[in-house]
Amino acid sequence: MSAEAVSPRTNYLNAEYGVSSWLFTRDHKRIALLYLGTITVFFALGGLMATLIRLELATPAGDLLQPDTYNRVFTMHGVLMIFLFLIPGIPAVLGNFLIPIMIGAKDLAFPKLNLASWYIFTAGGLFILWSLLNGGVDTGWTFYTPYSTSFSNTHVIATGLGVFITGFASILTGLNFIVTIHRMRAPGLTWFRLPLFVWAHYATSIIQVLGTPVIAITVLLLALERMFHLGIFDPAYGGDPVLFQHLFWFYSHPAVYIMVLPAMGVASEIFAAFARKRIFGYRFVAFSSLAIAVLGFLVWAHHLFVAGISVYAATVFSVLSMLVAVPSAIKVFNWTATLYEGSISWETPMLYGLGFIGLFTIGGLTGVMLATLGIDVHVHDTYFVVAHFHYVMVGGTIMGYLGGLHYWWPKISGKLYPAFWSKLSALIVFIGFNLTFFPQFLLGYLGMPRRYHSYPPEWQVLNVLSSAGASILAVGYLMPLVYFVWSMRYGKPAPANPWGAVGLEWETPSPPPTENFPETPVVVGEAYDYTQRNYRFPLRDRHEVANV
Amino acid sequence: MLKNFPLLPPSASTLSGDVDAVYLFGVAVAAFFSVLIFCAVLFLAVRFRRRSPDEHGTPERALIWLEIAWSVIPLVIMLGMFGWGAKVFFDLHRPPSNATEYFVVGKQWMWKFQHPTGNREINELHVPMGAPVRLTMTSEDVIHSFYVPAFRSKSDVIPGRYSSLWFQATRTGTFPLFCAEYCGAEHSRMIGHVVVMEPRDYEAWLVRGASAQTVVASGADLFGALSCNTCHRTDSAARAPQLAGVYGREVTLADGAKVKADDNYLRESILNPAAKVVAGYQPVMPTFKGQISEEQLLQLLNYIKSMAAAPTPQQAILGGTEAR
Amino acid sequence: MSDSHGHDSLPGLAHQFDSYEQQRESASLGMWAFIVQEVMFFGGLFVTYLVYRREYAAAFAAGSHHLDVKLGAFNTAVLIASSLTMALAVRAAQLGKKKPLIGFLVGTILLGSVFLGVKTVEYSHKWHEHHVPGPHFAFESTGVHGEPIDPHNAQIFFSLYFAMTGLHALHMIVGIAILLWLIFHAARGRFTPDNYNYVEGTGLYWHFVDIIWIFLFPLLYLIGRH
Repeated sequence: MSAEAVSPRTNYLNAEYGVSSWLFTRDHKRIALLYLGTITVFFALGGLMATLIRLELATPAGDLLQPDTYNRVFTMHGVLMIFLFLIPGIPAVLGNFLIPIMIGAKDLAFPKLNLASWYIFTAGGLFILWSLLNGGVDTGWTFYTPYSTSFSNTHVIATGLGVFITGFASILTGLNFIVTIHRMRAPGLTWFRLPLFVWAHYATSIIQVLGTPVIAITVLLLALERMFHLGIFDPAYGGDPVLFQHLFWFYSHPAVYIMVLPAMGVASEIFAAFARKRIFGYRFVAFSSLAIAVLGFLVWAHHLFVAGISVYAATVFSVLSMLVAVPSAIKVFNWTATLYEGSISWETPMLYGLGFIGLFTIGGLTGVMLATLGIDVHVHDTYFVVAHFHYVMVGGTIMGYLGGLHYWWPKISGKLYPAFWSKLSALIVFIGFNLTFFPQFLLGYLGMPRRYHSYPPEWQVLNVLSSAGASILAVGYLMPLVYFVWSMRYGKPAPANPWGAVGLEWETPSPPPTENFPETPVVVGEAYDYTQRNYRFPLRDRHEVANV
Repeated sequence: MLKNFPLLPPSASTLSGDVDAVYLFGVAVAAFFSVLIFCAVLFLAVRFRRRSPDEHGTPERALIWLEIAWSVIPLVIMLGMFGWGAKVFFDLHRPPSNATEYFVVGKQWMWKFQHPTGNREINELHVPMGAPVRLTMTSEDVIHSFYVPAFRSKSDVIPGRYSSLWFQATRTGTFPLFCAEYCGAEHSRMIGHVVVMEPRDYEAWLVRGASAQTVVASGADLFGALSCNTCHRTDSAARAPQLAGVYGREVTLADGAKVKADDNYLRESILNPAAKVVAGYQPVMPTFKGQISEEQLLQLLNYIKSMAAAPTPQQAILGGTEAR
Repeated sequence: MSDSHGHDSLPGLAHQFDSYEQQRESASLGMWAFIVQEVMFFGGLFVTYLVYRREYAAAFAAGSHHLDVKLGAFNTAVLIASSLTMALAVRAAQLGKKKPLIGFLVGTILLGSVFLGVKTVEYSHKWHEHHVPGPHFAFESTGVHGEPIDPHNAQIFFSLYFAMTGLHALHMIVGIAILLWLIFHAARGRFTPDNYNYVEGTGLYWHFVDIIWIFLFPLLYLIGRH
């Protein structure tokens, strides 16, 4: 917002002023920013937990925190990052902002439900925040029984309720997206003309709607058992603690695809835009998103390979886990092929895109290693697993999230951010990330279990490297916070299409007006078409009024 | 330099080499494809760098054969990894029949071991080199996990049931043991060692620390003390099934179902006898839940398992064994 | 929330939609998606139930025997009747008939309330018989045919009984609240043949809650009964 005389009310940011115009908005773009605010706060808290973890682990002895405190710290790190940052993350911020615009609609199908989702999400977050401020939970984010039902003395129920409530917000967002994508597409916008970002969010929404209720009921049963000693998971009553694991992972495995699919959608957009050509194998990438969503529901017991399931069941889940890797591989190859004969510009979003593809590949392939039964027995519950999931969730999802923020920031804020500092921060993130997490693969194979507060001294060198990397990564994450905020006040005004990309979001001003487009666009060709113009605005084209 | 900076833990069991082999293959595959993608992406991003502000890329047709190729080839490689890993997994779960059984009880935050000879240890397990060892494990409280990186084997230790893990040590030494399932405050200190000794040294060690009784003898004592023998007896006053030779046999229940009399079945029959009643018997056995500890249960179980099948008169005549 | 698209906003047409048809189809798809996630929600409970029923068949049969089949059957009939009144309410809305719409909505609420009343009676019976899981739980150690059972396993049965029927009852209470809201708006003439999505969506929800009960009743009340 410039410091000059009050600007004309032309866009969604200045359409109305005042706190209540934000808190009672139905505009998907404003709701996206509400989410951006809250999830950034939760990310910062989760990052604080991570800082404590890496500080503690820089020395072999448990000398910074009490063991009990450390257990609460790593649990809250997981809960905050997974439920309050990674799962809502890209869909709630970028998905909310962009999906209606990308399909030529005025808003989502259910704008009031969208606002309600934010309130529900924030309420759930407040439960978890209350728990954090009152000592947190020490069960691990996985809440395994009977520790969580009968042994932990922490606020398991409050945290569980928080997870339950945020889960409901996730379901409603998914529901909203599904209906929107089915019913609100502009004339001429057939399924195979949709941007792959929309396909990715469609697949994600299916997982959100089908999977999240299962963790909801699981957490509910956990809370009831803890309150009333029901015995459903307690062996003393004939209950089965491993049943909890099955129920928990039935959601929590598909949940990781909720986290990564949207980032893959961002990657598709970035590669198309910064190579200025359509994604190679568009249909394959689109169907791969759906395949990941479906297959993702069939692999949960690969988290239980050493929990006593039968060797035959383990075999089945190992094979299925190999299958789910195939569509991800298809995407990686197609993105790579997109670069061939492209016109590639090395701007910040592309740097994140390139980082994403490399780091996600490593993360995914180490996932294949974990799915290999003979290997998993040795590395299950070690730092190898920790390294794997950070590669896909941080190297994958967070790179995708940051890449998307950098790509669409001019559209969202109407301002440009400084190119030099943004490229530098991308490089710092990449270096810091690899230094933090690559040593953890080695630590895992050497036998360092996860969730350990102290460890044998021969593992210190690798741990110190990891902690050093974390400090660099933290710098890389703080930088965008600084220059994005800076840009809102001092950044150059952004044109409608600062990257010269193709997409409906680039056909509207930066920032867009509240109704997104002055008239409903008509789509006459495929997405990412750099050879001809596929978006028609009948009135505007007739009058040739420049909206830019 | 690699000696000071090892990438693999010591290799101390018959299967650690197999696990390392499939792991290194996985590393090679992961490294190959990661490097391939990294290099391809960097090369293409440089080679096709934008030369003028308005330049755009040249789209190509989709190439179905290429899509199929780069779907099928990774799938084949991954199925190969699956197959190899599954074989190693099966080996990790198939102890040789001559494995000696040791008993492990995990509890917050210590490991309790009992040798078949009755020797007990806490947090340290002495075993002979070159002999297969099978651990039968349970927990007294929450889920733990028994993990010895040098043997590349791990198994969760779960309250309310038995799990098992086997290994055969190939060299002497002291190898770290970790709890690998988060179990509360002192999870990181629920650690110990497996001490592998030369067989002769192991025998000497056993004698030095001998307990008054073997596990089986303790179990026999319990069998009498808890009056199991009043019903489980071999004469005509028996109101309960014969236990000699029952371990590993298939048992027919009152509702017609057949179950294998394994560790968990025997344990359940003591703690919750009404759950699975044997066909032809009245459901009169009382429960012993709350009356015996996990260690006593293990001793009883081992006594029962040691009761060799004496041929019944019918078997002696017919020359066969029933229900096998 | 003004509509600045060059066409006048039609009454009852939300600004993000271009036509009543789009609005209706969106509302319908949205409600179906909601129902699907409810199925998954109850599904987790059903899976848990099935696992333990198989494991502790005798204890579950014993627990089930202590449930009042007559009350359960009566409640089943009441709920099915309430689905009928609900369907008739939707039909009335479709035809634009305000009085029958309100009448059938009231009927649905009454029948739903009868269901909840009967459940309250059943729950109080369970309380007095010490069959509510928790510190006061007590159950005999013999099953239906005199075989010994572990009362702890029966406690699992009752835990699932209360969790499943309780969750179902909660859904019914929410449903009744929605019905009251519907009556309030129906009285104001809010629903027309062009725009009765809320009534239809509520109907869908109500039928779903009914179907859940139709599964709960035999699974919980009719174990081992011939």
